[in-house]
Amino acid sequence: MPKHQIDPNKWINLYSDYLFNYTISRVSDRDIAQDLVQDTFLAGLKSMKNFKGEASERTWLISILKRKIIDHYRKINSNKGKAEVRMNYNSDTESEGDWLEERVADPFDKTAEDSIQNTELGDAIHNCLSKLPPKQAQIFTMKTIQGYDTEVICNELNITASNLWVIIHRARTSLSECLKENWF
Amino acid sequence: MSDKNYKMNASCEKANHVCDKTQYNEASLWEKIKLSIHLLYCKACREYTHNNKKLTKAVKNSEVQCLDCKAKETMKEEFHAELEKQQH
Repeated sequence: MPKHQIDPNKWINLYSDYLFNYTISRVSDRDIAQDLVQDTFLAGLKSMKNFKGEASERTWLISILKRKIIDHYRKINSNKGKAEVRMNYNSDTESEGDWLEERVADPFDKTAEDSIQNTELGDAIHNCLSKLPPKQAQIFTMKTIQGYDTEVICNELNITASNLWVIIHRARTSLSECLKENWF
Repeated sequence: MSDKNYKMNASCEKANHVCDKTQYNEASLWEKIKLSIHLLYCKACREYTHNNKKLTKAVKNSEVQCLDCKAKETMKEEFHAELEKQQH
């Protein structure tokens, strides 16, 4: 098996979105997520010589990021010193339905499975995006995920609108192809 | 995609373009009507539309997030500064 190479120059272009998505689904705050990703890159840079090439760069970076996320939770927890206890007594006497059932059902747990699925789907999408040519991935991301207007993207990247649509078309074709294999 | 089996012609290209626009709510009503008529008799484009809709839904459902360009630029700057430091 060929050893994996490490090349920090490409890190941000290749992995920043993937790491960011990974982080934000776990800390749900854009600024914190951004800081954590940045920290991860810097930490990776420092411990580059420990990279043995057994795993891919991305796996290696994710393992650093996981530590950073745990550290982050440790830090905010030690500030407060305790976890928040959520209790939801139903004071609304008007509410109908079963008294017990209302208290047993945990409203915070309802979407746990959904959110796991969303996280995985998000990872799958980033995975497929990283297989596209960088320009296609960039334009697709700007248009679809960040929701910029066609005009804005055209101005920013100096392309014509028809050019943009051709790129979008190619990106969508290969993306649905890629997701079909792994997801749909 | 299996549309290699079908003959892609100019009207298909147009239809797919409208389909792409529809995913971003940018197609006009007339364009959408023309697209649905085209889809009645064109299997290849039906398939493309089907996949395209699925993709849009997947992206929406996943609530996938990205760094915006500016954040990425600042990140790059800081990172490369650090990289330079390390190489000297």
